[in-house]
Amino acid sequence: MSKDIKEYLRLDKFPHIWCPGCGHGIILQAVLRAIDRLQLDRDNIAVVSGIGCSSRAAGYVDFNTLHTTHGRALTFATGIKLAKPELTVIVLTGDGDCSAIGGNHLIHAARRNIDLNVIVFNNSIYGMTGGQYSPTTPTTDYAATAPYGNIDNAFDLCELTRAAGASYVARSTTFHAAQIPLLVEKGIKNKGFSFIDIITACPIYYGRMNKMPDAVDMLKTQRDNARNIKQWDIMTAEEKQGKFVIGELYNKPAPEYTDAYRQLREKTHAL
Amino acid sequence: MPTLAKTGNEAMAEAMRQINPDVVAAYPITPATEIVMIFSQFVADGLVDTEYVAVESEHSAMSACVGAAAAGCRVMTGTSSQGLQLMSEILPIASALRLPIVMCDVNRALSGPINIHCDHSDTMAVRDFGWLQIFSENAQEAYDNVLQMMRISENKEIQLPGMVTTDGFIISHCMERVETIDDAAAKQYVGAYQPLKSVLDLDNPITLGSLDLQDYYFEHKMPIVEAMQKAKNVILEVGRDFGQKFGREYGLVETYKLDDAEIAMVALGSTCGTARVIIDELRAQGVKVGLLKIRVFRPFPAEAIVAALKNVQAAAIMDRSDMYSDQGGQVFCEIRSALYDADKKPLLANYVYGLGGREICLEDIRRICADTQANAAAGKVKQLIQHYGVRE
Repeated sequence: MSKDIKEYLRLDKFPHIWCPGCGHGIILQAVLRAIDRLQLDRDNIAVVSGIGCSSRAAGYVDFNTLHTTHGRALTFATGIKLAKPELTVIVLTGDGDCSAIGGNHLIHAARRNIDLNVIVFNNSIYGMTGGQYSPTTPTTDYAATAPYGNIDNAFDLCELTRAAGASYVARSTTFHAAQIPLLVEKGIKNKGFSFIDIITACPIYYGRMNKMPDAVDMLKTQRDNARNIKQWDIMTAEEKQGKFVIGELYNKPAPEYTDAYRQLREKTHAL
Repeated sequence: MPTLAKTGNEAMAEAMRQINPDVVAAYPITPATEIVMIFSQFVADGLVDTEYVAVESEHSAMSACVGAAAAGCRVMTGTSSQGLQLMSEILPIASALRLPIVMCDVNRALSGPINIHCDHSDTMAVRDFGWLQIFSENAQEAYDNVLQMMRISENKEIQLPGMVTTDGFIISHCMERVETIDDAAAKQYVGAYQPLKSVLDLDNPITLGSLDLQDYYFEHKMPIVEAMQKAKNVILEVGRDFGQKFGREYGLVETYKLDDAEIAMVALGSTCGTARVIIDELRAQGVKVGLLKIRVFRPFPAEAIVAALKNVQAAAIMDRSDMYSDQGGQVFCEIRSALYDADKKPLLANYVYGLGGREICLEDIRRICADTQANAAAGKVKQLIQHYGVRE
């Protein structure tokens, strides 16, 4: 039977720090819905986060939680998973946290296909520190550190992790709130590195600097630019300009790291 | 000399604008982000000639600073807490290569648990890396100290990196009255940078930081030892010159009503401001109490501290960080060590306080002064080390 998702929250930690219009709450409730749907024992769930607006989520959920240092959530999570492979380990992180300062850890965790479930609160900006551009800020967009437009190329985090070796890769947006739990659920079920990129809104910093000061405008932009994978596959390169793909982008089981490690230990009689 | 309302962060950014460094590389971190953010706006608006490098971590920020400084540039950065710790691998390289990088460092507690508020554990953790360290009591000092640090670091005899600190939020985010210096006067005071070496000088090629084992590594550490010794006089000269030019003189330490004091408080940073209020109050009641403010922590002004405390009967040493060595905080340990050979020395008690931003209020200073008075009267210290203000 489904629980009220409030039961998964540490309500004594509220009010949360997220700004009005922030999409992070949408992602958090979607993740909790997925966990509820899977009827997982909450004592067997470990939620790990790094630093940033996204990473405050770990403090708000009533599981085993670990709030770590900037960029290193995946390394702490790797340690947890290797020590206790039976746990469901969920990493709540942001675009700055996991792809800038922690970018190295992201590609190596994906390369190992370790059974971690990474949910990226991707708002294309460093929100907590005041709107500096991140590795997912689109080129030519404005940021506090790019007052005349960003000249860096943006990461496509799904392409990156897929190429690095993730066995499950998906993307959605906070506009497509109903889709997120389905993707997270499949990600958790996948035995291997599951990477779920959720495009979310930061109207206060990213939006305000890019002519979308209103949270609804940002949601509309997500709606207008997201294309389902089936549609995406038949679109021309020209039609793809300025758009991005959502849905389950890759799902191909592959040998998992803690399994391989256990087998190695058995083989060498180290158990 | 315009007088402006500025936060500590704004004051430091203003000093950076006037210094006009060649390169700034930085990564955002609360509560220091504003310093480099404001500065990046100066860069974007063309108010400075600086190349601003937005990197993906503090480790990269300090690495970029080292690279730029090795190429002969005047280099600055800003950070705090975890950011400073992430720079740790590179910090001793900057001093070993004798690169006069100046950092605006906002004191903040170290994780974990994660905390964003003031204590000195971040800065104290990097005190042994060959960086000069100056603590500021308020935004005015933060501004003045940044200008002075550039000159101290770049002094031909010194050539060491330096960090100027403020207290997170207490100074960094509070708006105060700050007297700034005219751009031209500030520029003249700091002077033009003439690097002694550059890896880009093709006529005089040099190698920096190459493998150095049992043969010469030890010898190559000695210049840092010597530069730190010389730095004390240079800091005094630079502070005296600042006083002559702009009316605010600075030393290694500062005393307040200490000359005839029987008891003293010894502190760093913003707590000194709070202490002054209570010292005035107690003085009005006839209590002979004074303050010893330690402005420079690296190099450690042992001689000045011994001289300042020689007639004091009992002193409270305030540490906004702990060493977790069962021997009290860093300030306490170093002062105790400095007093070992002194003929006349006060009774010392250590107060580790304010961790993670726990407030230190007037009433707290009043209580600690009362403790110190009791120690002086008893002729012995009731409790050597205490963690003051911890809830039961």
